[in-house]
Amino acid sequence: MALNVAVVSAERELWSGEATQVVARTTEGEIGVLSGHEPILAVLAPGESRVTALDGSVVTARVEDGFLSVQGDTVTIVAGTAELV
Amino acid sequence: MGAQLRVYRQKIRSAQTTKKITRAMELIAASRIQKALQRVAASAPYARAVTRAVSAVATHSNVSHVLTTEPENLRRAAVVVFTSDRGLAGAFNANVLRASEELTALLTSQGKEVVHYVVGRRGISYFNFRKRTPERTWTGDTDTPGFETAREIGDEVVARFVQSTDEGGVDEIHVVYNRFVSMLTQEPEVVRLLPLEVVEGVDEPGAEIFPLYEFEPEPEQVLDALLPVYIQSRIFNALLQSAASKQAATQKAMKAASDNADKLIRDYTRLANNARQAEITQQISEIVGGADALGSAK
Repeated sequence: MALNVAVVSAERELWSGEATQVVARTTEGEIGVLSGHEPILAVLAPGESRVTALDGSVVTARVEDGFLSVQGDTVTIVAGTAELV
Repeated sequence: MGAQLRVYRQKIRSAQTTKKITRAMELIAASRIQKALQRVAASAPYARAVTRAVSAVATHSNVSHVLTTEPENLRRAAVVVFTSDRGLAGAFNANVLRASEELTALLTSQGKEVVHYVVGRRGISYFNFRKRTPERTWTGDTDTPGFETAREIGDEVVARFVQSTDEGGVDEIHVVYNRFVSMLTQEPEVVRLLPLEVVEGVDEPGAEIFPLYEFEPEPEQVLDALLPVYIQSRIFNALLQSAASKQAATQKAMKAASDNADKLIRDYTRLANNARQAEITQQISEIVGGADALGSAK
């Protein structure tokens, strides 16, 4: 099953769609999320988050601050300031 | 041409020029409302995500956090007032300033000392005129507010909140802004941001049940990181709402001004016609009178 991913910054939604995998850098280290992951709320460290979309393309977002929330198969990367690379 | 007529014509011209200006401002405001509303809508996913996360942490962990616990006695409150940089927006600024005065009076009557933070030049001049000094002010960014401003304001008030009351910190944070209800209505809204009012034990039908989250690092740290973000997002929303309301209020005020100019032009045209007719009548009676005098002199 695919993940439902949204990357949002304070000003707008940067990207949303279905993906197979999300890799984000939290304050504790890198975390990879696949379908069926347990619900988690993690604080992000400045760095890059990668989303592998269903078609295999990789979306990279540079995130300044924020958090990652996983609930069911919904993944949200929430950042005050972020931009797609 | 008679002096009277000339005066009326001048007034008509002046009203026409004013109308051109107010009409242009009306159209500009109308086109900016759409942009401002789009920005409000674009920031909604962020606000939703942040609010959900805060509720998730607050309901699923028994953390007593400094930002959520209510101190025993509240001694000092901060009020953040969102006004605009420019006027010509009808009662926009007056409304929000009145609401903030009412809030200030209420808080003072509860024995709290009130400190003000002001956004927008109109609010600042209001305070200056009354010889009151706001704690800190922000200007220049009220038309198209950026998130950076929201972050600055958020960081400032949260820092002040975390400070102990004896060292000049505040126990409560309120915001007062114009909420965009519709193109025609903008309502001043007073909201207490901190301490957070976590509603517990209310299970609304259809409300979403949060799963047991895993927190990384610890719930405390997540809440530490999350709450300032939440405050920033609420302040950003207030800024955006206020900006959209300002444009709507400007449009309404300028429409009223244009209509008023129309009425003036019509009234003065009537008077000018009257004056012209009176002039003609007088000239005729002078000619007739002159001819009569010549005729009877023979």
